[in-house]
Amino acid sequence: MKFLLVEDNLELANAVCARMAMDGHIVDHAGKIGDAIAFSETGDYDLILLDIMLPDGDGRSFLKQHREQKQDTPVIVLTARSQVSDRISMLDLGADDYVTKPFDHEELQARCRAVLRRQAGKAQTVLQLGDVSFDPVAGLLTVAGSARNLRNRELRLLELLINAPGQIFPKHKLVDRLFSYDEDVSENAVEVYIARLRKHLEGSELKISTHRGLGYRLDHG
Amino acid sequence: MDEQVKVSGSLRHRLAVSLIGGAAVLSVVLYGVVRAYAAQIAQQGQDSILAASVTSILDAAVLREGRVEVDFPYASFSMLTTPADDRVFYAIYRDETLLSGYKDLPLPSVGEGGGQQSHSDVYVGVPVRMSTASRTLLGTNVKTRITVSVAQTQDALSDTLNGISRNVASVGVGFFVLVVLLSFWATSITIAPLKRLTSSVTRRGPQDLSPVAKPVPTEMAPLVASLNRLMARLNQSLTQSEDFIAEAAHRVRTPLATVRSHAETTLQRVEQDENRQALRAMIRAIDESSRAAGQLLDHAMISFRADQLERQELDLVELVQELVLRLTPVAELKDIDLSLQIDGPVPLLGDPILLQNAIRNLIDNALKYSPSESVIAVCVRRDPGATVEVRDQGPGFPEDEIDDLALRFSRGHNAEGTIGSGLGLTIAQDVAVAHGGSLTLSNLQEGGACVIFSV
Repeated sequence: MKFLLVEDNLELANAVCARMAMDGHIVDHAGKIGDAIAFSETGDYDLILLDIMLPDGDGRSFLKQHREQKQDTPVIVLTARSQVSDRISMLDLGADDYVTKPFDHEELQARCRAVLRRQAGKAQTVLQLGDVSFDPVAGLLTVAGSARNLRNRELRLLELLINAPGQIFPKHKLVDRLFSYDEDVSENAVEVYIARLRKHLEGSELKISTHRGLGYRLDHG
Repeated sequence: MDEQVKVSGSLRHRLAVSLIGGAAVLSVVLYGVVRAYAAQIAQQGQDSILAASVTSILDAAVLREGRVEVDFPYASFSMLTTPADDRVFYAIYRDETLLSGYKDLPLPSVGEGGGQQSHSDVYVGVPVRMSTASRTLLGTNVKTRITVSVAQTQDALSDTLNGISRNVASVGVGFFVLVVLLSFWATSITIAPLKRLTSSVTRRGPQDLSPVAKPVPTEMAPLVASLNRLMARLNQSLTQSEDFIAEAAHRVRTPLATVRSHAETTLQRVEQDENRQALRAMIRAIDESSRAAGQLLDHAMISFRADQLERQELDLVELVQELVLRLTPVAELKDIDLSLQIDGPVPLLGDPILLQNAIRNLIDNALKYSPSESVIAVCVRRDPGATVEVRDQGPGFPEDEIDDLALRFSRGHNAEGTIGSGLGLTIAQDVAVAHGGSLTLSNLQEGGACVIFSV
């Protein structure tokens, strides 16, 4: 996925870019509305993440202009305002969704996914590995021609593993990615989801192997 | 809103009282002037008749062989006949001697000029009007002076005067009554622009701080100008504080977002357990403070809006549908199903911003306390009243605290592991109460919490 991040705070932008890169997304960063317009005119983005308070104006004016030009790239607003009236006005202006700063990255990911899912007909990134194809946006796993529906956590787990086949993921990293920080879960909770994924992947060329004391790995063939 | 205003008198009363008082004084003055003028005219009439009578008697006096003869013409007294049968007295003197008439009729001293003289006097106990004139008769070697006085009582005159007085008095009273009516009318006309201004200011909505645009009389212009300036200042300070809150939120939340994103990214790279613990604690603290800040701002905004509720027509179902759609990605993160149960639209008069915030807090709570892979049921009902019911499969409310949970900053003892500010239920309750409804908390028999939000 290719994202455009419009955010004037360089630190935050770097952190978001780094985090997005970990999920395998390409992120271009614009610090001003002027740059954002230039980027959005030249690049073909799947999604725009837009801050509201920018040095050369209000992010909402960019949003308005963007929509008036009939560009249908979905926009998620990153806002520091918590007032409901602001949120509503942003949705009225054509934003597809918003997250309030400081945001949970998993929530941002989930919102991106939900917004992208709504954009039917858009070119989608389907991962193909052996006889398994996986559409992370639609949450669709196809094993040897038969489709299987994954629940959200199973989907996120598979997404992690399938993006880096052959790499060992320690349990605690998987916990960080699957559960929110206010949930007190033991690392063993991951085992449940690994077991379910194994079941979904039954009969395919993909296997999830356990490495005692180290973690899990997706093996191909 | 019943503000105490110190009241000192009433413009309407003051205006009416001064108009009526002026009318009363004018009526009395009118009565006095007309009556005095009428008396003067009537007196002049009587005087001229008396003078004519005196002249006719004087003319009849002749000096014959040293003797004075007066042959009264009949008209001399008949001209003095009045409908009131006034009595007539006369006296004729030759020099100082009474020739004929009433000798004790008080006589004024008549000057040598011989002109007519009229004056008022009292004779036999009644007021009379008397006219006196004298004439010098010349005969052979004789020169004598004849003085004639004719007096008449004033019964007819006072009858006439009383008649006139009565008429003038009724005209005066009529004038007074008319002016009183006119003064009420004039008062209403004068007060009307003030009333119009009052109602146009009173009728406007709580958010309407626009200046008064309707034309007003000159005298009210300074007041209205001050009012407009005051509203402009109020509007400015409201806008400023809204901008200030937005700016403050931006200043606080953007660095928090930076720290949180860095912490999350770092957490992915760090292997050592104690560092991981520290980073997780950091993220939790950031979430806690940002949530508290958000809820406090929301709570302040809701208190403000609930005080001056702006109701508009809306469909509760549509509003809840939007919310559920928006919260679905968050629910999916925990594999929680949000199931929406509706049967037809639920039209409602209310503030959509408040209602949305309140219901969002309820669903947020359910999401926070629900276990993974559970179901949260959101039902919107029209009967018996517009209600939104949120049921989850979480631990439920602690039975002994269920009545206090909607209090500000109150949290259940089983909520310690969960991030929260203790304001969510307070906000929901405040919004329900502002719409004339209530918030009911209960636990389901099969486990889980149930919140009924009715408006």
